[in-house]
Amino acid sequence: MKPEVVMNNTELNVNKKKSSKLQHWKAFYKKFKRNKLALIGGYIVLFYILLAIFAPLISPQDPYEIDLVNTLQPPTTDHWMGTDDKGRDILSRLLYGTRLSLAVGFVSVFFGAFIGILLGLTAGYYGKWIDTVIMRIVDVLLAFPGILLALAIISALGPSLINVMVAVGVFSIPMFARIVRGSTLSVRKLEYIDAIRALGATDFTIIFKHIFPNILSPVIVQATLRLATAILSAAGLSFLGLGAQPPSPEWGAMLSSGRDYLFSAPHIALFPGIAISTLVLGFNVFGDGLRDALDPRMKK
Amino acid sequence: MFVFIVRRILQTIPVLLGVSLVVFLIMQMVPGDPATLLAGEGATKETIEMIRHQLGLDRPILYQYFDYVIHAVQGDFGESLRSSRPVLDEILVRLPITLELALASIFITVVLGMVAGIISATKQYSAADISIMIVALLGISLPSFWLGLMLIYFFSVNLQWFPVSGWGTINHMILPAITLGAGGAAIVARMTRSSMLEVVRQDYIRTAKAKGLKEHVIIYKHGLKNALIPVITVVGLQFGALLGGTVLTESVFAINGLGRLIVDAIRTRDLPMVQGGVLIASVIFVFMNLAVDVLYRYFNKRIDLN
Repeated sequence: MKPEVVMNNTELNVNKKKSSKLQHWKAFYKKFKRNKLALIGGYIVLFYILLAIFAPLISPQDPYEIDLVNTLQPPTTDHWMGTDDKGRDILSRLLYGTRLSLAVGFVSVFFGAFIGILLGLTAGYYGKWIDTVIMRIVDVLLAFPGILLALAIISALGPSLINVMVAVGVFSIPMFARIVRGSTLSVRKLEYIDAIRALGATDFTIIFKHIFPNILSPVIVQATLRLATAILSAAGLSFLGLGAQPPSPEWGAMLSSGRDYLFSAPHIALFPGIAISTLVLGFNVFGDGLRDALDPRMKK
Repeated sequence: MFVFIVRRILQTIPVLLGVSLVVFLIMQMVPGDPATLLAGEGATKETIEMIRHQLGLDRPILYQYFDYVIHAVQGDFGESLRSSRPVLDEILVRLPITLELALASIFITVVLGMVAGIISATKQYSAADISIMIVALLGISLPSFWLGLMLIYFFSVNLQWFPVSGWGTINHMILPAITLGAGGAAIVARMTRSSMLEVVRQDYIRTAKAKGLKEHVIIYKHGLKNALIPVITVVGLQFGALLGGTVLTESVFAINGLGRLIVDAIRTRDLPMVQGGVLIASVIFVFMNLAVDVLYRYFNKRIDLN
């Protein structure tokens, strides 16, 4: 008789939780919509995603086509953003480069988030020595200044865009692990987790079905803000010649080639910089808005 | 306080060991056998084995790691594969330049960021506040290497106020310091603003106002002092970002600092140099964090950091 009562109560709780979850997302949408700056950020990100998808359709020229007659041309009606040192159309290269920058950002953040979330959930849920070991590893990863850890990884794996994704991903792991562990610790102690455990749910079910969905808000916020950092870091590594290699139209690599012509053709360095800045700005503002709407406690 | 400092120093030891282990393991991921590389083409199997033995590569990996740590603690990071000089010697030549650059940038970060943050907070929702916050938002999003190139274009190429590259005089320092410090200044400005706004809502500020104290006394003597506490942490964390950022800034301005040394070493696959450079920069960062914790504790004795 007793387990049934527990079951009924639990079902009631689950239904209650579902409706409160819906309300939570509705409240979030209402709050987010009110934040004009965050909306602008969202539109910027959406604009770049559309550019990346439709790059082959809207690019005026082949981004790899060399035209040695028209090298270092300033912006004209034929080439809206001018041409580079090999006569390639900068606008077309920027449009194709959007694909690379977004891909690097999304892949590396997904990679970092995936491992970070697993580590954070394990540490937060199991606690004790497992928590201590995982969090000490996280502390060590956080002890590397800036992109130096990414540099060390690239020095071992060799310069390439794929390796940049791995390096920037590893560099993102500790941030996710910390946030997820903190949130898991607070959710794990809630009553409904005890109830589910009493019903015989496995650790796997509890972690991934009942804890993880409840700690998604800070993860989403962190992922959005990390996208900005990942795009900046990847562009920086390509600028140093350690990421995308020529003739790839990656924005950081384009900027790098532009610095040799800063005196004669500053537009080569100008436009990729504007593209990186606006995309990063978009993610930053969008992420700030998400944070304020989803989890105002994180504001600090 | 003394106990706290000793405890924090002891806590950094496992972190430092962990950092050295990560760097060591990353270098183990390098494809190819260093002994074969060093022996050169056409070397006999015996020669390669002999080099492997000399380098200790035939020993268990844990032994190799502890051997590496023991040597590193004594300042022996091996020899550069490119110049054949001790890694530490090369790093010690470049490190002061990077530290100078980082200190100049932190100065820009603190002064510019705090002044902008205070103006913003005291004139909330004014044109100045909105402009500062827009610039700060842009500052966080600008890639430092692009900002550096644009500063060179405007101030060195067009106006010819500053040299394009190099290091040595104050004039050489200004553009790189702005390049490296701008992002941090933007973060500090936002932090100072929000921290100040929180402090001015506190009861003791209302009391100070009720006592008839002048506004600048309230802002600087009561408000700023308390608002600074979270700002210190942000500034400390920025130092780490700055150390990493020097890599890009030194590359833009052709400054021969530690960052550029590491990048050049990666390009030429001079792994002992990369290993030593990354390790030393990380050790500096760990100690910076320690100093920030101590300062935080000093300024905010109410907080129990234990």
